[in-house]
Amino acid sequence: MLEVQDIVKQYAKHLALDHVSFSIKKGSIFGLLGPNGAGKTSLIRIINQITAPDNGEILFNGEPLSEKHISQIGYLPEERGLYKKMLIGEQMLYLAQLKGLSRADAVERIKHWFEKMDMETWWNKRVEDLSKGMQQKVQFVATVIHQPELIILDEPFTGFDPVNVDVIKNEIIDLNKKGATIIFSTHRMESVEELCDSIVLINKSKKVLDGKVSEIKNTYRKHQYLIKYSDRLPLLNPEENELFKVLNIQELEDGNKATIELVNNYNINDVLGHLINQVQLQEFTEIIPSIHDIFVKQVKEN
Amino acid sequence: MKKIFLIIKREYLSRVKKKSFLIVTFLVPLLFLGMWGGVIALSIQDSASLSTIYVIDDSGLIINDLNNTESLSFEKATGSPTEEKSQLGENQFLLIIPEDVLESQKLALLSSQKPSIFVQSEISNQVNNILRKTLLSNAGIDLKTLDSIQPNVKVTSLEITEEGEQESNAGVAMGIGMFASIMIYLTLFIYGSQVMRGVIEEKNNRVVEIIISSVKPFQLMLGKIVGIGLVGLTQFLLWIALSGSLLTIGGLIISSQMPDAFSAEEMSTISSSVPNSAAFAQQNTLLDDVQGTLAGIDFPYLITCFLIFFIGGYLLYSALFAAVGSAVDSETETQQFMLPITMPLLFTYIMSFGVLVRDPQGPLAFWLSMIPFTSPIGMMVRVPFGVPLWQLGLSIVLLIGGFIFTTWVASRIYRVGILMYGKKASYKELIKWFKYRK
Repeated sequence: MLEVQDIVKQYAKHLALDHVSFSIKKGSIFGLLGPNGAGKTSLIRIINQITAPDNGEILFNGEPLSEKHISQIGYLPEERGLYKKMLIGEQMLYLAQLKGLSRADAVERIKHWFEKMDMETWWNKRVEDLSKGMQQKVQFVATVIHQPELIILDEPFTGFDPVNVDVIKNEIIDLNKKGATIIFSTHRMESVEELCDSIVLINKSKKVLDGKVSEIKNTYRKHQYLIKYSDRLPLLNPEENELFKVLNIQELEDGNKATIELVNNYNINDVLGHLINQVQLQEFTEIIPSIHDIFVKQVKEN
Repeated sequence: MKKIFLIIKREYLSRVKKKSFLIVTFLVPLLFLGMWGGVIALSIQDSASLSTIYVIDDSGLIINDLNNTESLSFEKATGSPTEEKSQLGENQFLLIIPEDVLESQKLALLSSQKPSIFVQSEISNQVNNILRKTLLSNAGIDLKTLDSIQPNVKVTSLEITEEGEQESNAGVAMGIGMFASIMIYLTLFIYGSQVMRGVIEEKNNRVVEIIISSVKPFQLMLGKIVGIGLVGLTQFLLWIALSGSLLTIGGLIISSQMPDAFSAEEMSTISSSVPNSAAFAQQNTLLDDVQGTLAGIDFPYLITCFLIFFIGGYLLYSALFAAVGSAVDSETETQQFMLPITMPLLFTYIMSFGVLVRDPQGPLAFWLSMIPFTSPIGMMVRVPFGVPLWQLGLSIVLLIGGFIFTTWVASRIYRVGILMYGKKASYKELIKWFKYRK
C-alpha cells in the first residue's frame, strides 16, 4: 500500500528524518510511534505532500506519490481546527469538495455521517458553539468523508472523553474492516496494542524498530514469569541443574508472589513440573513486555 | 484550478455575507451623502433663520445704506445702548457704530449668543462697502467711472493632447489626484490587512493544516488573495453605483427644495453685498471652469486606471501581508514586519500631497510612479494631470512584474510559516524559510 523508501528531510541545520524506510500493508492499522520531535509529523507531512523529502521516495500502491493521491488520503492532523464562524455543514461541504468530491456527493455523504454520529442537528451550528469534543467529531468526519484508501490519524484521541474515544475507536475499526489502511500516530501505547497490527518506532530522526506488534513483543520476551503460590517456602532449583532465577519475592497475606526468569533454555513445562512438587501454585503468567515498555526502553537506549 | 475556485468562493462569500460588509458598503455612500447634504442643509438653514440687528449709529454715515437681506434685517435702535442690551433675545443683535468709524473702522456687535460667521461677515461686508464708497467719494473719485473699469483677465490653461487642445484645470486635477491617492492608500491597507488577518486566523485555529493536505499552500494563498480582492472590487462597484444614484436622487431633491437658490435675483443680492463685485464675477467664472473641467474629465479612463492600479497594488501588497500573517501567531506580533511594508506606501502617500500634485511631471513623480512598490499611489496622483501612454504602460508592466515577484517571495515564506506554531520569527528566520527547498 505505502512504501517509504530511504526518506531524508533536512531543515536548515536540523535533520528531521534520516534515511527512514518501511512499508505499510494494505488493510492494516499501522502505528507510527516516537517521542516528541522524533520526526513523525515531518514524515506525515511528506506522505500528505505538504512538504517534499530531500531524498528518497514514497510509493502509493506502487506509484510515486503525486497530486492524484491527495483525494485518496484522509489526514487528521494533531494541530487541527476549523473555521470558527463558518457553519458546520458548509464547512464540511467545503473540506469535502477540496478533497475532490462533487457537491451532490459531498452533501449525501455528510448527511450519512451526521446521522451515523448523532450530529443531524449540527448543520447550521457554528464551530464556536460546539464543545471541544464535538469539534473533534466534526474533524474526524471531515477526515474520512471522501472515503480515502489511506487514513492518517495524528493523536486522534486527544480531547475526547472516554465515551467518544470508544465511538471513534469503533469507527476506525469499522473503516479498517471496509478496507481502509490506517496510519495511527500516537503516544498512547495502550491504544497502539489494542488497534495496531504493525508499528514503526522513530527516535531522533531514525527508525529504531519496525514490524508486527506480536513479533516485536516476541522478540522482547525475556522468559520472565509471575508466579503466586500459597506457601511461604523458598523457591528452589533442582540440585543437579538451574532451571530459573528468582528475580524478586513479595510476601502476601496468603502466600508469596515471585518473578522468575527461565535460564538454560528450559521451557515452562520443565519449570512447572519442578515447582508443582514444591509449592501450592495459584497463578502462573508470562510477563510479556508492553509496547509501552519497549518504547521507553528503545528511546532510552538510543 | 477547481480547488482555487472553491477557495476563492469561500473567501469571497464568507466576507460578503458578513453584516459588517453590508453595513460598510451601504454606510459609506450614505455618509458621503449625509456630509454633503448636511453642509447644504446647514447653509440653507443658516440663511433661512432671520436675524434682527438693531443699529445705533453715532456717526450717522452707515445706517441708511444698510440693506436688509433674506436673513438679516436692520432696524434702528430706539433706546439707549444699555436699554437695548437688556432686551436682546434670540437672533437679535445690537450693532454699535462709533462716531469715528471712518478712522477707527471698528464696530461692536452685541448679542446674547455667539453670532454666526455668516452674520459677522455680512455686516462687515456691507459696512466695508459703505465705508469704501464714502472714502472714495471723499477722495473725489467718481464711483461710476470706477465701476466701469473692470478688466477681467481669464487664463484658460489648454493641454496639448492627441485630440487637440483640451481645457484643463490644475486645481481639479490636483483634487482628483489627492482623492485617488487617499483611496488607494486606504484600500491597500484595508484589504491587505484583511488578507493578513485571514492567514493568521487560519494559522491560529489550525485549520490550515487540514486545508493544505488537500491543496497546495500557494493555491490557498492565491485563493485568499483573489477572494478578498474580489470583495474589494465588489465594494468599489457598489460604492460607485450607490453614491452615483444617491447623489443624483439627493441632487434632485435639493434642487426642488430650493428652486430660487441660484436665481438671478439671488445672485444680484449676493453680488451687491460683496464689496468688489468683480471678485464675485471671478468666482463665477472659476465655477464655470470647474464645471467645464469636470465635464472634460474622462471618468471611465480615470476609473479604469484606478482599478488597474488598485488591483496591481493590492496583489503586490496583499502577498506581502499574507507572508507576514504566516510568520506570526497573533496580530500583535505583526508590528516588526509591517514597518518595511508600510514605508514605501506611506512615503508616496505623504509625497503625493507635498510634491507630486505640485510637480506631477517631475523626476520624483516619475520614479515614484514607476517603482512597483510606490506606483499604485504615485501613478494615480499623476493620471488626472495626464501621463504619456508609454509611461502608463511601462508602469503597469513593472507593477505586474512586481506582484509576480512579491507573490513568489511571499509564497515561499508562507508555505513554511503557516506550519510553524508558537515560534517567534525573526527576519533571519524568514530568509531561512525562503531558502527551504520545499
